[in-house]
Amino acid sequence: MNDSLRELYEEVILDHNRNPRNYNHTPENANHTAHGDNPLCGDRYSVKLTVKDGRIDDAGFEGSGCAISKASASLMLESVKGKSLEEVEHLFNSVHRHLTDHKANEESDDELGKLKVLGGVKEFPMRVKCAILPWHILNAAINETDQMVSTEQQ
Amino acid sequence: MNYPYFFLEPTGISAGLDPEKFKNDFPILRKPVRGKKLVYLDNAATSQKPHTVIEAIRQYYLDSNANVHRGVHWLSEKATEAYEMARIKMQEFINADHADEIVFVRGSTEAINLVAQTYGRKEIGQGDEILITEMEHHSNIVPWQLLVEETGADLQVIHIDDNGELIREELREKLTEKTKLVAITHISNALGTVNPIREIIRSAHEVGARVLVDGAQAAPHLKIDVHDLDCDFYTLSGHKMYAPTGIGILYGKRELLQNMPPYQGGGEMITSVSLTGSSYAKPPYRFEAGTPNIEGAIGLGAAADYLNSIDFDTLSAHENEVLDYATDRLSAMDGLKIIGTSGHKAGIISFVIDSIHPHDVGTILDQAGIAVRTGHHCAMPIMERFQLPATTRVSLALYNTKDDIDSLVEGLKQVKEVFK
Ligand SMILES: Cc1ncc(COP(=O)(O)O)c(C=O)c1O
Repeated sequence: MNDSLRELYEEVILDHNRNPRNYNHTPENANHTAHGDNPLCGDRYSVKLTVKDGRIDDAGFEGSGCAISKASASLMLESVKGKSLEEVEHLFNSVHRHLTDHKANEESDDELGKLKVLGGVKEFPMRVKCAILPWHILNAAINETDQMVSTEQQ
Repeated sequence: MNYPYFFLEPTGISAGLDPEKFKNDFPILRKPVRGKKLVYLDNAATSQKPHTVIEAIRQYYLDSNANVHRGVHWLSEKATEAYEMARIKMQEFINADHADEIVFVRGSTEAINLVAQTYGRKEIGQGDEILITEMEHHSNIVPWQLLVEETGADLQVIHIDDNGELIREELREKLTEKTKLVAITHISNALGTVNPIREIIRSAHEVGARVLVDGAQAAPHLKIDVHDLDCDFYTLSGHKMYAPTGIGILYGKRELLQNMPPYQGGGEMITSVSLTGSSYAKPPYRFEAGTPNIEGAIGLGAAADYLNSIDFDTLSAHENEVLDYATDRLSAMDGLKIIGTSGHKAGIISFVIDSIHPHDVGTILDQAGIAVRTGHHCAMPIMERFQLPATTRVSLALYNTKDDIDSLVEGLKQVKEVFK
């Protein structure tokens, strides 16, 4: 296996794909939900959140898709649980930059912690959408946009 | 036949069959991909082009470029001659009775939309039925949905069994006096099934229905004989049969085309225009409004020459040998399941492996220089039928060899290794 493949399919990614956390978990008193898909490859997920006092108390996701999208969703929910909506928004932006900006500097990535492994997609332009889809769904859930999120809109 | 000089005599094909020799006809196959030898197994999406096709287009621009059917000057005459020669080549390629039964279009998609919007709008109305199948490409579903929405006709569907074959009893039940048109694919792009279209055409004609055959996937694999099939419409896409993108043909029986209203309005498709009305040209020009894809038609003619230079029996024998080899080797892999197991298949193997998502399979194979397609293959009803979000699809062309299949199997072993 070459280096970029190894970076894409990091052990952490494979682990979260095999045993996704908060998968098929319906948070109690969930009050924010959104769905999304990538029609080109058939990835399809929904995210449910319990938001209390501006903080994500609990979260769960369901659906199906490739290893990258599933691991991304799993890692995402793990890291946003307990965070304030402001912190989540900040994190969303950092992740977005980390996945799409080749020049993003390493230091500003420090807050990403475990999420850094998602950066392996940078070498695979076709796969960036897979990694980012769950984050857009999370964003839609928080903002209560009732719309279906899609990688192919606009 | 005397071909204009820019249709080069096809070269590179010897009488005997050396598959590596085919590869040499396709310059792109010599280019490494990601530092690896390219193993191109995405031919159902689009095939690569032989140098004779590339050269025919180059020569056309070097020597004969002008608009067709317009100028009186020398170049325009040359271009027109080449364009019409390509039409004759396509007439011969599918054994149509007349050259005016060949309409140049962008591809199968446009051909089907053309029939729906002209023949369909005129001949199919409330209470009539259009019969399609569950294995159609979206391009042979959506145009009919648009038509029935507009006309109040009914869309009926023949379903498929677990092997990916049409359910014959449904065909018998659903083909009735109400059926005005059967629109069916010759070969399924997602399953590889070759449909018994000759029999279907005969049954349809017995109840007075017309038949459109979507030949997008058949053209590179089977000898097409529309005279013998007696189909009413046949469509194909050049880019899947070694010609450029943006060109294809609609074959229609002469008496049908003659009675069809125009598709688009513009130049080329009229005999006279005044500000109060216009009269329309005869087929095929009635359906070719505007400046056509001249280089595309010439490339398509050259691709037909290329295929004709290999006899179709030899071609099928070679392709089936590779298909059987691939089927055997893939079936032998642990956790691999082939979707589409009809006894009559050509060129295509769809599969799923363990619970690994096809997208991940595609990415890992790509790193080894192996190009496959992953997804729903524009045939979402099939995916629904088999309860799958997607499959990995391997599709063959004449230049694929057993070596390519060995590389594929090695690649898949690596996929399994990553996800073990
Ligand atoms: C069976 C079938 N029909 C129709 C089409 C549409 O062809 P095109 O996109 O060239 O118009 C395809 C192409 O994928 C196909 O496989």
